[in-house]
Amino acid sequence: MMASDPAAETTAPPADARPSAVTGALKDAIVSGLLTALLLTPLVGFRASESGTGSLVLTYRFGLVAIFAGIVMVGRFLLMVTVWNPNRPPRRVSTTPGAMARIGALAAPAVKPVFFSFAILYPFLSILMAGGLSPSRYWVDLGIYVLTYVMLGWGLNIVVGLAGLLDLGYVAFYAVGAYTFALLSTSVPINDFFAGTLGDGFWTAWAFWICLPLSGILAAMWGVILGFPVLRLRGDYLAIVTLAFGEIIRLVLINWVSLTNGGAGISSIPPITFFGVPFDSSDTGFASIFGLEFNSMHRMIFLYFVILGLAALTAIVTIRLRKMPVGRAWEALREDEIACRSLGINTTLTKLTAFATGAMFGGFAGAFFAVRIRFVSPESFTFMESAVILAIVVLGGMGSQMGVAGAAILLIGGMELLRNLSFLKADFLFGPDFDPSLYRMLIFGFAMVAVMVWRPRGLVSSRMPTVFLKQRKAVSGSLVKEGHG
Amino acid sequence: MVGEPLSPARTWETNQILRVDHLSMRFGGLVAVNDVSFVAGRGEVTAVIGPNGAGKTTVFNCITGFYKPTTGRLALFHGGPATDAEVDGVTASGLAWGKSQAGALYLLERLPDHKVASWARVARTFQNIRLFSGMTILENLLVAQHMSLTTSGLMNPVAILNLPSWQRKQKGAVDRALYWLNKIGLVDRADDPAGDLPYGDQRRLEIARAMCTDPVLLCLDEPAAGLNPRESAALNELLLSIRREHQASILLIEHDMSVVMEISDHVVVLEYGSKIADGTPDEVRNDPRVIASYLGVEDEEEAVAVVEAGA
Repeated sequence: MMASDPAAETTAPPADARPSAVTGALKDAIVSGLLTALLLTPLVGFRASESGTGSLVLTYRFGLVAIFAGIVMVGRFLLMVTVWNPNRPPRRVSTTPGAMARIGALAAPAVKPVFFSFAILYPFLSILMAGGLSPSRYWVDLGIYVLTYVMLGWGLNIVVGLAGLLDLGYVAFYAVGAYTFALLSTSVPINDFFAGTLGDGFWTAWAFWICLPLSGILAAMWGVILGFPVLRLRGDYLAIVTLAFGEIIRLVLINWVSLTNGGAGISSIPPITFFGVPFDSSDTGFASIFGLEFNSMHRMIFLYFVILGLAALTAIVTIRLRKMPVGRAWEALREDEIACRSLGINTTLTKLTAFATGAMFGGFAGAFFAVRIRFVSPESFTFMESAVILAIVVLGGMGSQMGVAGAAILLIGGMELLRNLSFLKADFLFGPDFDPSLYRMLIFGFAMVAVMVWRPRGLVSSRMPTVFLKQRKAVSGSLVKEGHG
Repeated sequence: MVGEPLSPARTWETNQILRVDHLSMRFGGLVAVNDVSFVAGRGEVTAVIGPNGAGKTTVFNCITGFYKPTTGRLALFHGGPATDAEVDGVTASGLAWGKSQAGALYLLERLPDHKVASWARVARTFQNIRLFSGMTILENLLVAQHMSLTTSGLMNPVAILNLPSWQRKQKGAVDRALYWLNKIGLVDRADDPAGDLPYGDQRRLEIARAMCTDPVLLCLDEPAAGLNPRESAALNELLLSIRREHQASILLIEHDMSVVMEISDHVVVLEYGSKIADGTPDEVRNDPRVIASYLGVEDEEEAVAVVEAGA
């Protein structure tokens, strides 16, 4: 019988399972530690460094190997007796929603109003927190930066999230918008023409407000020009061609020196005006007209509200379009293109409208970018930008506007925050030689992987139907398709 | 079984809605459909049956514009049948459609798939159900009304501004969807995602979605596949009511003989890409070649001999 078998001691009945779990964990931890030591001995244990005379010197760091092995051993042991413990009672699955879910359900209707009021109050809050107009410059600037990406994310969300077309070259439309404004506002003939008809300084004062719609229209036009030949492609092929299109635009901007001034870029772009009233210290400037003391921050705060308005426009138009046949057709296209065609929907035209609408908002954002920085160069429109915007859309949960906004704040704000981790330079942490900003992309990558492991469908994984009969119920993300057709 | 005597009048011959002439479809060296001709009658249920690989779905894909046939003519008549001279006139003109005395006629092989649905008003369902699974049932039925809602353009300012005239139009579309939801008994589930429905309901929803496009010809690719007998009976009822109340003609591919024999007025049998029989259900049921191909008699002549001996 089993009872007389000494091996039965280790496979004890579950009643007093604790000791066997600990011995098992101990064994496992020792094996893991040994493996770590074995692996790290050649990798970490020997270090070849250059001596002053130029020859290589071998130093031994077996102590460091032991420290790493110890960390792995202790960590593995702790995990084995706690989280990975085979005898741990299975987590009780409650049928009633947990406290977090209930709080979430209560807070859900408040999320949007809170988000928008915070966005409106943000510059004033940062002035209060920073203690004055001038010290708040960094925070208002950060707000503008994040909102630009919120807007770009919302624009790309139309193409990728709603219509399900994977676009890796979105930055091209951003570039078209930026260069449209930059070229038109610095054009001497246009300036001369308006100086002759509407007075000196007219073009400088009004360039942005006239060029803003033009930038959007031109970007949309480029969206259609790109769309016509490539929208017959599907999935990966479409992604590669859009990627190439983004690069073509950038290379044209670099090489067409006579028009774009090449890699040197276009500078001295006129600054934004308060609908014709410049932000300067003159008598006709914004400050004296409104009876304020001149401060360069006025322009910054105005820029913040301009990008907030543009982002809100993007959101409102998208919400409206989703409730229209064209928006439903976009989503239907993402779900099943063949079924769409069987219902009489012209899929090419529908894809083109999605491309053009997304590109238009990219163009608006581009014009805003140019008037904020007052300098454009091809370097601002690399593939990395497209990738970051796409990451925002994917991370946010494709199709969800709140998710995309959250992801933009998290990614862009978070990356910016990593610039400011100067406390890590303290002597007891990493020492003064440590530069946290060097690790930004590493942490960014880890964060992306972590989010995709825990929330594979993005921060907001459910889809809200656009119309309902009795009750609006969220559609689980597992039923919603990703498209890429 | 309805023991109706053989109707001497082949009604589909006189009141046609679809005429398939010498349809052939080749994929490289494979001849999937070989010189098939048949007609479908207006207001009738026409069934296309045949063993696996007979080319039924290929014929369907040609009719609905998803394949361009290698050769052949597919004429669809709106309003009433057109004369031969009118069909030949449009064929010679090189256009995809033309007016006829009774209404209009469309040459489906010349239209892209979405125009077969939107202009010629041929709706279809799929063998493997193609619903928009992440959208609600109501949304599925609204997407189907895309064409009637976008008569004044995709980016209609009236719609963007949500003016009252648009709201009325939208309300009309929801009412129409509701009508079909009532018909298939899914009103209570209107706000649930289509992907959550049981299989039989998904089949009926797909038919309702196709009917929301207001078709003159409804093409159903194996609507009873995977249904249990009760669901299959409900489907028969739905199809008969569509024929009765909506004057839609139905063309269906089916393996389930209870569906075929009970509801169809006219059966076309395909085998190896060729038509082997064409007639009323009773005629087809007694056709020796059909029996051979369905019962799998090894030698065709033997089957003919068996039937002849029996007769």
